[in-house]
Amino acid sequence: MTLDQPKYKTTDEIDFVVIGSGAAGGIVAKELSENGFRVVVLEQGPYLTEKDFIHDEIEVLNRDFLTNHPDLQPNTFRKTPDEKAKPQRAIAYGRLVGGTSTHFTANFWRFHEIDFKERSKVGPIPGAALADWPISYADLEPYYTKVEWEIGVSGQAGASPFDPPRSKPYPMPPLPVKSGGVIFERAARKLGWNPFPAPMAILSQPRPGRSACINCGFCLAFACEVGAKSSSLATAIRMAERTGRCEIRPNSYVHRIELDANGRASGAVYFDAQRNVQRQKAKAVVVCANGAETPRLLLLSANKQFPDGLANSSGKVGKHLMFNSGALSVGVFEHPLNDYKGFAVSRILHDFYELDPDKVGFHGGGGLDARFDQTPISFALGGLPPGSPRWGKGFKDLLSHNFTRTVEILCHGTSLPVENNSFSLDPDLKDAWGLPALRMTYKDHPDDVKLSNWLNVRAAELLQAAGAQKQWSFPAGEQEFSVHLLGTCRMGNDPKTSVINSDHQTHDVKNLFLCDGSSLVTSGRGQPTMTIEALAFRAADRITALAKRGDLST
Amino acid sequence: MLSAATHAREAAQSASIAKFEFFTPEQAAEIDAISSRIIPATDTPGAHEAGVVFFIDRALVTFAKDDQKLYADGLHELQVRVHEMFPAANKFSAATLEQQDQILESLDPQSPSGGRRPFRQSAGAQSFFETIRVHTISGFLIDPDANKRGNRDGAGWKAIGRENEHMFMPPFGYYDKDYPGWQPNPPAADKPKT
Repeated sequence: MTLDQPKYKTTDEIDFVVIGSGAAGGIVAKELSENGFRVVVLEQGPYLTEKDFIHDEIEVLNRDFLTNHPDLQPNTFRKTPDEKAKPQRAIAYGRLVGGTSTHFTANFWRFHEIDFKERSKVGPIPGAALADWPISYADLEPYYTKVEWEIGVSGQAGASPFDPPRSKPYPMPPLPVKSGGVIFERAARKLGWNPFPAPMAILSQPRPGRSACINCGFCLAFACEVGAKSSSLATAIRMAERTGRCEIRPNSYVHRIELDANGRASGAVYFDAQRNVQRQKAKAVVVCANGAETPRLLLLSANKQFPDGLANSSGKVGKHLMFNSGALSVGVFEHPLNDYKGFAVSRILHDFYELDPDKVGFHGGGGLDARFDQTPISFALGGLPPGSPRWGKGFKDLLSHNFTRTVEILCHGTSLPVENNSFSLDPDLKDAWGLPALRMTYKDHPDDVKLSNWLNVRAAELLQAAGAQKQWSFPAGEQEFSVHLLGTCRMGNDPKTSVINSDHQTHDVKNLFLCDGSSLVTSGRGQPTMTIEALAFRAADRITALAKRGDLST
Repeated sequence: MLSAATHAREAAQSASIAKFEFFTPEQAAEIDAISSRIIPATDTPGAHEAGVVFFIDRALVTFAKDDQKLYADGLHELQVRVHEMFPAANKFSAATLEQQDQILESLDPQSPSGGRRPFRQSAGAQSFFETIRVHTISGFLIDPDANKRGNRDGAGWKAIGRENEHMFMPPFGYYDKDYPGWQPNPPAADKPKT
């Protein structure tokens, strides 16, 4: 239920307009409004609540009930800048209040120390623009802890020997283990690896207004009907509303940020639900629209002062797109696992987080998890081994046997930042509002593909050690689709090679801030949302300090 | 089996009572027969028992509206194929089960299986057979509480071993039922690699 909110006028110069209400935007809005500021959150999608969250696979998986719709917001794709991009769906993100955090897997791994200073440690890598972050793990640690305690993460501190230092344990124990998790744990131990309970942004214990996970089994891609998944909708947005200073304005599709005569951002221009153009005035603007829509909005906001896109004097807006690399192996076991019950992941391992390039022949690292993230229809259409019957008695018998006996081992790894990998504006294709569509240019760095296949061999070894009756692996190729949209307005100290400074302030416009997946300098090992949320808590602290010092006014 | 017979009779009764929103009764009988070969009744219910024809009928006036012509053309093509292959049968639903399977095999483009996420497909992108195959599977396994008239009484979920519930308690399966609780590795195997 939406709480009583202030209704600001678009002509009121509020303190902050926050664009996007997902993992980052929700937390930024909560923190800024709790710090006393007047905030309007502009969200392009609708304001849905728990009663709307259905288990209908057709609506959710096939008809984009919760996600960007390719008919309304099409995009184009090409592998390299010399190609003409073709219409091809390349991204999916949550398009509703709460954003993608409403329907993610909820794997909540912290980044490790290496993720922030890998460039210094491994040196330059041909074909990649690898850089160190301007902040360290230690700078972010208090904010990781905030995410765990304020948003709600279940897990077991100290369970992984590879974990970075932490200042507090998790606020609640891990979720129950699934049969696939037990199989994973036993096999990994046989191989001398270190499996441990997955840290998940899903409640193992109830919190005020939120149920613990009820193990309904419609988790990845679905939004939680009992508020157990720690989305921004179930957490930060509600907290922001409770301050009485934050207005959540759904169905508001921002397409331009305007500057005043002094070169300061003066507010956001958006289409309302009736497609009328509105202008929300604000003293400062924070863009949290995700790693695709944030750079797009800056490019759409080009003006005389910034002909190549707002805050884009570096030319780096939209560049260095990273997905996270990945690969999949699947096993079928003798007895029913019933892994269709519950959340997706209960056990993971990080033994391969930091591989030695001299030994393996490529750069990178990653982790493995045991999961079952498929629902009945998606499993029937895509979960059986290659070459299986597709209809008839043979199909039905195999489906009936395998549905309860299948577990997937998903490999997650690094993506190297490559300058050509990018979001830009398509020169021809328009969205339903007449705005230039997103164009994705993406070709995995060769090391990313090598890493994925290397990890997949480990996944296959694990399934073999586990005694799978049947197993198969999908070879990893170059990716053309992603839900992880990272690095496209990267953070850095040098205004020539980065878009924002370590305060998330754009180098070019002092009262314009960016915070979401676009801020990341490296990709981590596959689970970016935890870091996006920690950055959001930290960004709000930094922005508050600047605002209180008066640095945001001219 | 008495229960299957009872089920079939009830289904037949409900079919005669229920109104179709897109199909004529004759078309519905053909669709019912096709979907029953895609997911036949075995020792568990099949597409007929799960009321898949009603799901497809509703689909064609709602989310799969764009497939109406594909179905109309497909049913015509099917009729032609029946006449070519088994002239005596006159219509698909009157052919023997073996003949029905042969007709469907002749219509199946045999696209390779095993891709991980082939679910997102735009309307009209596939053949008639592939479309009705996906619709049959969807109508068999959709959440019975979704407003889609599919998976009647959770029959499809029963067939694949999914309990028709939306809340579960651990233990979930065979391997976690005697799980003693997580313990760290013995120290010997506990050396972080670099």
